[in-house]
Amino acid sequence: MRIIKFLFIKEFKQIFRNRAILAVIMVMPVIQLIILPLAANFEIKNINLAVVDNDRSDYSRDLINQVIASGYFKLRSYNDSYKQAFIQIEDDNADLILEIPRGFEQDLIRENKQQLFIGVNAINGTKAGLGAGYINQIIQEYNNGLRNKLNVADSFNAIPVIEITTSNWYNPHLNYRLFMVPGILAILVTLVGGFLSALNIVKEKEAGTIEQINVSPVKKYHFILGKLIPFWILGNVVFTLGLLVGWVFYGIIPLGNIFVLYAFVCVYLLAILGFGLLISTICDTQQQAMLIMFFFVMIFVLMGGLFTPIDSMPDWAKTASKFNPISYFIDVMRMVIIKGSGFKDISKHILIILGFAIVLNTAAVINYRKTS
Amino acid sequence: MESVVVKNITKTYGKEKKIAVDDVSFSVNKGELFGLIGPDGAGKTSIFRVLTTLLLADRGSASIDGLDVVTDFKSIRNTIGYMPGRFSLYQDLTVEENLSFFATLFGTTIQENYDLIKDIYIQIEPFKTRRAGKLSGGMKQKLALCCALIHKPNVLFLDEPTTGVDPVSRKEFWEMLKKLKEQDITIIVSTPYMDEANLCDRIALIQEGKILSIDSPKNIIDNYPDVLFAIKADKMYPLLQALSVYPKRLASYAFGEFAHFSFQGKPNQPDLLQFLENKGIKNIEIKEAAVTIEDSFIKLLS
Repeated sequence: MRIIKFLFIKEFKQIFRNRAILAVIMVMPVIQLIILPLAANFEIKNINLAVVDNDRSDYSRDLINQVIASGYFKLRSYNDSYKQAFIQIEDDNADLILEIPRGFEQDLIRENKQQLFIGVNAINGTKAGLGAGYINQIIQEYNNGLRNKLNVADSFNAIPVIEITTSNWYNPHLNYRLFMVPGILAILVTLVGGFLSALNIVKEKEAGTIEQINVSPVKKYHFILGKLIPFWILGNVVFTLGLLVGWVFYGIIPLGNIFVLYAFVCVYLLAILGFGLLISTICDTQQQAMLIMFFFVMIFVLMGGLFTPIDSMPDWAKTASKFNPISYFIDVMRMVIIKGSGFKDISKHILIILGFAIVLNTAAVINYRKTS
Repeated sequence: MESVVVKNITKTYGKEKKIAVDDVSFSVNKGELFGLIGPDGAGKTSIFRVLTTLLLADRGSASIDGLDVVTDFKSIRNTIGYMPGRFSLYQDLTVEENLSFFATLFGTTIQENYDLIKDIYIQIEPFKTRRAGKLSGGMKQKLALCCALIHKPNVLFLDEPTTGVDPVSRKEFWEMLKKLKEQDITIIVSTPYMDEANLCDRIALIQEGKILSIDSPKNIIDNYPDVLFAIKADKMYPLLQALSVYPKRLASYAFGEFAHFSFQGKPNQPDLLQFLENKGIKNIEIKEAAVTIEDSFIKLLS
């Protein structure tokens, strides 16, 4: 016990003497948590619109005004022909072309029917999809407005219409920050814990200090625990800082019990630190450890359900994400913070992560050899 | 009494089974200062790592104070001190912190064994709040020695402790080793410097994983079979070239400002002088030379 205590004190001394590392641990997560959610906005605004108005009538002008008034679109150019508008797309000045045919107003009134053309630049799939969706919705509204205007008399015996009302549970205003901030915090805690522990033992290998430890009677588990505990504490500090940033900057207060969150984080950190330690026992240089850790973290993050829901992934990816600790963490964060889940709801998550922790740490202890 | 016994240790590395240590056997008595002398890559560090339980040998056995390095490695780790060739203390911890950290690892304190390290530690004590990484080379060596000694080991392993250290610090370092010897600590030291060999009680000359000779430095020098001459001329290179084609040459090589030379059969200085003068060498000076460890080593290699 005395030895663990001393290993632990030594580790803290080293961390606090290395200003760069301290900054990475304390300042980086805070700044990232402030900046990233502001930028990672899923609502698409400022879609550049190129209009080809072949009609130049009141109706076509009304339609264009309505599109622009929605706030999602920015009118970039009026064009005389589709060809001209397409050049705008090619030059990346426009994301979407709205072409209104000649005789739009006339035919609409006479034949009760008219066609519009929408061309979308689909290089950015999300923007294209959402842009097309928005403009469809606006045209639909415009259409309804027209109907009311033209058929005032018999508007009440029109075709029966099903109107849908949606209520958004747990996040009534579809505030994406409420959704993103807990997820990003989960990733930051993982990054700090994973990288610090992975690089630490390797650093001792590079400096040769591990030789000195190896010739001493220190036991393997003493050494590993002496490494784990300091980073476990730091992980909790980072998590706490993150929750504070969420509260101060975004006004996010966990709906559920905060102790449920900490209970999960405590177990989760053991798992992720164990993962880092396992990697550090395999690698000989910090560079190797860094690259391997990077490989896994990239996969963990992109397949962890932060940006794309796991439920909409193909089956193989769903199976793979069962082995991804981050996916459980993000899940728990959102459940507890947004939905107010209790200990009972996340007990399955905790047990799985506990399994991860046991397997990874055992592997790390076994794999760390004092003799080559 | 034998403190360290090495029997037929062989160690190979990698898939191609490159031999680093080849059937090496030796033993070191208690309280002896034993030197492993050989050039870089001779296998000195591999032998050290086997003895300090950091490396498993392919074949052979070794024991320290009767404890086997494979089966009793746990007990051995309590009784040995190891100072690796590369400075490997925590550069971001201070002198004092390093020392107390290593004392704690071995379950002891600085105060408990202060007597042992006092003479050395006193020299670095003024810098005890300085970080180890900021010390000079000689200071680092002293600190590393203190850390290796802090748990009062029975056997001390020093792997090239003086490589890259200035001549004054080197001399000081060997003075310290002599004092430690008086405390009945067995010391095994490796070095590529032949002049340091004379300071050991016994030495093993080692080359390409094989031990060429084990004896006291004096015996090794006394057993040198030939008469050795030192030859000087105004230009070294032509002299060496001329010597290499002398018909009765046994060996010739540069040695500082002289060339060392030995005859095949009976020495015949006038004949050699005549030969060199005919070759156009000027200002020739021939005298008998005192044999050094280096000469013995070169002789053993040929």
